[in-house]
Amino acid sequence: MEIANALALFANFVLVPGTAYGAQLALGALGVTLIFGILRFANFSHGELMSFGTMAVILATWFLQGQGVDISPLPTALLALPAGILVAIAMSLATDRFVFRFYRQKRSNPIVFAIASVGVMFVYAGLVRIVIGPDDQSFADGARFIITAWEFEEMTGLDEGIAIKQSQVVTLVVAVAVMTALFWFLQKTRSGKAMRAYSDNEDLSLLSGINPDRVVMIAWIIAAALATIAGTLYGLDKTYKPFIFLQILLPIFAATILGGIGQPIGAILGGFVVAYSEVMVTYAYKKFLAYLGPADWAPDSLIQLLSTDYKFAVSFLILVAVLLIRPTGIIRGKVIG
Amino acid sequence: MTGGYGGADIIFDCDITVEKSEIAVVVGPNGAGKSTAMKAVFGMLDLREGSVLLDGQDITHMAPQNRVRIGMGFVPQNRNVFVSLTVEENLEMGAFIREDDISETMEQVYHLFPILKEKRNQPAGELSGGQRQQVAVGRALMTQPKLLMLDEPTAGVSPIVMDDLFDRILETAKTGIAILMVEQNARQALEIADHGFVMVQGKNRFIDTGKALLANPEVRRSFLGG
Amino acid sequence: MTRKVAVYYAIMAALLVVVGFYQSWNVAFGILNLCLISAIMALGVNMQWGYAGLFNVGIMGFTALGGLTAVLVSMPPVSEAWKAGGGGIALSFLILIGTVIAALVARRRVPAYLKLPVTIAIIIVGFILIRVFYLPAVDRIEEVNPAHTGYLGGMNLPIVISWAAGGLVAAGAAWFIGKIALGLRADYLAIATLGISEIIIAIIKYEEWLTRGVKNVTGLPRPVPYEVELVETEWFVSLANWFGAADLADTASLFVKVCYAALFVVVLGIIMWFAERALKSPWGRMMRAIRDNRDAASAMGKDVTWRHLQVFILGCATCGIAGAMMTTLDGQLTPTSYIPLRYTFLIWVMVILGGSGNNWGAVLGGFVIWFLWIEAAPFGQWFMQTITLPMDEDNWLKQHLINGAAYTRFLLMGTILLAVMRFAPRGVIPER
Repeated sequence: MEIANALALFANFVLVPGTAYGAQLALGALGVTLIFGILRFANFSHGELMSFGTMAVILATWFLQGQGVDISPLPTALLALPAGILVAIAMSLATDRFVFRFYRQKRSNPIVFAIASVGVMFVYAGLVRIVIGPDDQSFADGARFIITAWEFEEMTGLDEGIAIKQSQVVTLVVAVAVMTALFWFLQKTRSGKAMRAYSDNEDLSLLSGINPDRVVMIAWIIAAALATIAGTLYGLDKTYKPFIFLQILLPIFAATILGGIGQPIGAILGGFVVAYSEVMVTYAYKKFLAYLGPADWAPDSLIQLLSTDYKFAVSFLILVAVLLIRPTGIIRGKVIG
Repeated sequence: MTGGYGGADIIFDCDITVEKSEIAVVVGPNGAGKSTAMKAVFGMLDLREGSVLLDGQDITHMAPQNRVRIGMGFVPQNRNVFVSLTVEENLEMGAFIREDDISETMEQVYHLFPILKEKRNQPAGELSGGQRQQVAVGRALMTQPKLLMLDEPTAGVSPIVMDDLFDRILETAKTGIAILMVEQNARQALEIADHGFVMVQGKNRFIDTGKALLANPEVRRSFLGG
Repeated sequence: MTRKVAVYYAIMAALLVVVGFYQSWNVAFGILNLCLISAIMALGVNMQWGYAGLFNVGIMGFTALGGLTAVLVSMPPVSEAWKAGGGGIALSFLILIGTVIAALVARRRVPAYLKLPVTIAIIIVGFILIRVFYLPAVDRIEEVNPAHTGYLGGMNLPIVISWAAGGLVAAGAAWFIGKIALGLRADYLAIATLGISEIIIAIIKYEEWLTRGVKNVTGLPRPVPYEVELVETEWFVSLANWFGAADLADTASLFVKVCYAALFVVVLGIIMWFAERALKSPWGRMMRAIRDNRDAASAMGKDVTWRHLQVFILGCATCGIAGAMMTTLDGQLTPTSYIPLRYTFLIWVMVILGGSGNNWGAVLGGFVIWFLWIEAAPFGQWFMQTITLPMDEDNWLKQHLINGAAYTRFLLMGTILLAVMRFAPRGVIPER
């Protein structure tokens, strides 16, 4: 019983939120790794692209809510998602046309692309803050919990409950669906294989007659869609705050590098590793250990490795460890010079 | 042909021809311009003088990608397979420009290189050097080219594998494809060559059949080590 | 060439003079002071990017370290807090050093397959030991008069010393991060610096025993006179009268700003002199040679990674100096004010606009961009007012747009960066 309680406690505070967060990070990292693999630069504007797409989803959600559209118990935002994705795709294609294409034709150094992406980041950040403002926006509606901690306790007779928020389940379902679709696309379709070929060996793909412009266009479309979905799920699960998206860039980059640059499976693995590490390192194990130890035994301190204030430090430490031990990442990615 | 990479010319008045079902081999010492001549034929550098003809059509100013479309296949010396793609996907990518059914061509390639059929679902990066070269040649064959160009196909493979590769190249030629290749291993290459071109300092020094070149004492002394 | 530079600087000066006449001299000098600090930061980034081609996205962190140093150098120590927890902190610090040394020694002694497990084990033991002493000490320190202190305080030295010290601290952090990330592909350095700067900010925000965290350290001592004292000083009053100043308090605050400006100009001058000397020295030429052709330089036997580490440390130190100066100017350390767009990416706009590789360009970029950053606010306000003129006063869209006007500065900065990179990639004053 005690062990079951301990596990329930652990699941409630680490496993469930970590899984949802991991899925959100993984979706973000997939977008970054795709751009890394195809356009070969670190896209610093990806966080703001997430923010921008999510903003479009929120506006569409508000519009639908205003029209009285309701798909409860599911959040209206799911219905608004396609509209947001389209807006984000349009934005990123326009960005590529007016910013990145120029450097691609000049065959500029990847760093030049990265700096250009800083400019893009500024523009997106400005647009988002002008349109929706810098404050928190809530747009989640529908049911809040699939199962509350109390219901779980009733059901199982345990002292500790596992609460599962609807947003967490929605996150996981959507993420799995999106990832499946993405891998089907990359593995089974001609365009998907062409993208992998282009990422693998650009010169040879040109010799094979693969059209680079098309590959790049598809990469942006997928990256924008992934960014919007990731941002929306994060916003539903936690909250939408424009400045968060600058901070989330770090765990996303950490996940990308950990997984191996340009490796979609790596990005997903990396996302979950970073998320679980973050949650586990900042979780206070006091109560958990109290259940496992002998009766009336409880540690004095919280047994928390790092305070939650430092959760970004976890991404950084993972990043440093990867750079020191295995710069290619879990799944050997591209490391140039 | 006369041309170079923008600066000084590297090849001068260099003449290379190859007919259907035949193998032409370009040999010569390091730095003679063999690979450059190859690139010139494929349009990867601008010619200052001369022209490139395929089936009598002048393609001197055609971009390399378009040359693939009209029937030229090129196997670069390095990085000539998609290492993260499976063997079969490599072949599919070779046929990317084709809109018709490619399964027949793929069977032909598998027939030529049976080992590839066995390893069709393995990533090309996991294959041995010789097998990789087969993938590379197979990939180029997928467009059903009239002319297949190989840039040092046996670089870095063991002698046994090399013999095997030459055999397969011979067989490929027999299917009616013209093959033009650049080789370091001059002796073995000339043995299977219908035409041999010995290049020195960007110029054709000797042009003859492969057998005749092998028999030519001057060629033997200078380039084949006696 | 030099004439062009002079003209640009003259235009910039004229802009500030215009602000002086039309807004106020206080505003003009307020902008000027931050222009000077921005120029120093831009110089630091220019060393890294312009000389060596390094992409540092952690400028904010190094600036904040300078700010932290300003507090630690200048504030009076809190002896009660030292008594309560100083020993614990010192002990945990010693254990930290011990752990690092133990790990390094162990890695040399044990066989290769044990390296990683042994290192991890030592780190875990050290970590637990540190926490045993560290956490109670922190609690005791933060309990000491939390409304006013609750931290250890500083060394009670003149704050100007912290400008140099801030540079040293930033250099130390730069050495650490450079050791890890230099020599790998260029984007890795960017991402690693992004990480370290977030962590530095987190430390400054949450380690209250060190920085009072979000409670801010205020009332830092100044290197220049205080306004309230000035207005009661005889020579100042007569000076103000001689100028015919209308408002004494206003003049005093202007005088203070002028004093700061004078100090900052001196610092900028010194750094500029060194930067120019370095750039023209064999060292600078080699740096640029490495930037332009890394492979060739390394084939010639140059230790590229070591050279990069040098220039990375120098650039970060410069940012640290600027950070300490900025905190001095503010008179307080406000951890929440550090946001990357303002403290990292804005500096990049300055360097790219000014002309990468050219110190005069970087300084000019610092001036122009800071000026625009400040003046974009009233301009954005005016712009939104104008385009919404036909709307009703209480129209929601109008309200909304006017509220968002402050953020046109982001839009403006992004557009400037992209436009310069596209149409004048060498910047306003290109590299010679």
